[in-house]
Amino acid sequence: MPPSTGEIPGTRTKSEEIRAEYKKFTGRKVLFILFSIVLIAVIAGVAATLGPYPITVTEVYSIIWHGLFKTPETTKELVVWNLRLPRIVMGILAGIGLAIAGTTMQAVVRNPLASPYTLGIASAAGFGAALAIVLGAGFVTGQYLIVANAFVFALLSSFVIYGLSRYKGAEPETMILAGIALMYLFSAMTGILQYFGEETAVAEVVFWMFGSLSKRSSWENLTLVSAILAVCIPLIMLKSWDLNTLSAGDESAKSLGVNVEQTRVVCFMLASLVTACIICFTGTIGFIGLVAPHICRMVIGGDNRYLIPASGLFGAVLLLAADTLARPPISPTILPVGLVTAFMGVPLFLYLILTRKKRYW
Amino acid sequence: MVKLKVKDVTFSYAREPVLEAVSIEVSTAEVLGVLGPNGAGKSTLLKCIDRIITPQTGCILLDDRDITKMSRIELAKKIGYIPQSLSHVFSATVFDTVLMGRRPYISWRTSERDTETVLETLQMLHIEDLAMRDVNELSGGQMQKVFIARALTQEPDLLLLDEPTSNLDIRHQLEVMHTIKSIVRRKGLSAIMAIHDLNLAARYADRIVLMNGGTIFSDGKPASVLTCENIRQVYGVEAEVNYNRGKPYIVPIQAIKAK
Repeated sequence: MPPSTGEIPGTRTKSEEIRAEYKKFTGRKVLFILFSIVLIAVIAGVAATLGPYPITVTEVYSIIWHGLFKTPETTKELVVWNLRLPRIVMGILAGIGLAIAGTTMQAVVRNPLASPYTLGIASAAGFGAALAIVLGAGFVTGQYLIVANAFVFALLSSFVIYGLSRYKGAEPETMILAGIALMYLFSAMTGILQYFGEETAVAEVVFWMFGSLSKRSSWENLTLVSAILAVCIPLIMLKSWDLNTLSAGDESAKSLGVNVEQTRVVCFMLASLVTACIICFTGTIGFIGLVAPHICRMVIGGDNRYLIPASGLFGAVLLLAADTLARPPISPTILPVGLVTAFMGVPLFLYLILTRKKRYW
Repeated sequence: MVKLKVKDVTFSYAREPVLEAVSIEVSTAEVLGVLGPNGAGKSTLLKCIDRIITPQTGCILLDDRDITKMSRIELAKKIGYIPQSLSHVFSATVFDTVLMGRRPYISWRTSERDTETVLETLQMLHIEDLAMRDVNELSGGQMQKVFIARALTQEPDLLLLDEPTSNLDIRHQLEVMHTIKSIVRRKGLSAIMAIHDLNLAARYADRIVLMNGGTIFSDGKPASVLTCENIRQVYGVEAEVNYNRGKPYIVPIQAIKAK
């Protein structure tokens, strides 16, 4: 082995080459994360100009900036802060949360087709909401009836999966199959409610399931969602290394000192909590949780230390972009954002799959 | 010096016994080959030693310490395990895959020493050129070396290899076996490998344990274990044993028809 000092100038040892290349690779990951943050800021600025009351982009940024230090007073300030920003912030939070929950779930069940909804959480939440909408039955009364019901049922399904994996061992196959079974059960129960429900109630259930960022995006709700994300996401990120090892199989992970079952259960429950706290306010917005992780994997690779924050931010970009596109064409009619994510995401996704140079999972 | 002692280990899946009162010993700087037909319990034995599964009875001592009394992290610093089927569901560079071997030492950030260890190991196995490639794009032989590298960066005293040559062409078989043997010698490690190829075992193992139906059938030097009689009884195969440079060389003739 040649000594690392005293070499001919201009040549480098293999190890130094690898170091340099690895550093470049890491730089690319960081750049992607920064780029996503900039994109969020830009799209948010544009989104805040859209609406019946005309406000320019520069005004928007200045209003947002000043609003951080004083309460809004003028009409423009009120429009931005109370009407437009809540929806935008909900889009950012939901995008971050769903994409990170999807990334986590894919690592936990070691399956690239997993999403936050793979284990039945969406249909459980949907049933909870339908129960509240159609029968008016729920855990609390008042304006939070639907939200609380959706949340409780979403977590209920997670606890069933948790219980099963405690009993049978937290194997991916067991979890996925149990999740699919739960999904059918809750869908069937929602179906019964819809079958016997009144027309207006049924329409509301359908609308709930399409997902919407505008319906329940008050600043109080946003604070609640941010608080849950602020606790859960760092905890998931702390598990990045362990999630990485799962990719090579349970036996490998165990031999590397990872408590596989505990990692799986903890991360799955955290991802479920994140998902539940979002979809109880927004309804089931699909696709982001499946696609954001994949797009990011294609660009920056599968290392969860970078993939988790990157896909969260990129998920926010996607959802925010979808919600912005959902507005203008047939204004004032607003398309449900859950549908636009699919219309926008599927072509993008197919394009990436067709043009990718190598397999990435 | 005895590195690992397995005493009366019994393991069963549900009601199906897989290992019955298995006892083996491995010394420092020794390569132990574990042979036996499919279902003899070779892989199960390796998994018990790394506590991937827990035997119902018996005990396993590493440096005279009961492995059930050690934490998983502690065990990961002492035992490196290379499973039979190597796969990686999501993409990862070879560098990052090998870096995972440092997991027992890393809390969150990687240190200079972690990077240094990975680079040294890549160099030792001559796979530096693969460093930034994706593990999923590698050939079987390259993949095997990457996983050996990962196990070595754990800086273990004992390597467990589950059929390290099963999917490799003849050149890679020899390369991988040579690599294992020379690392064991150079670093004073111990290695246990489950293996199907009798001749590779005879050539590269210092000692051989022949298993059959979850028990140890024979244990000793390759020449004393790999006899016509043993092969006939355990594998049900008629074979000729020749000697080549002092090592037994087995030529299988035919399967013996069931009685």
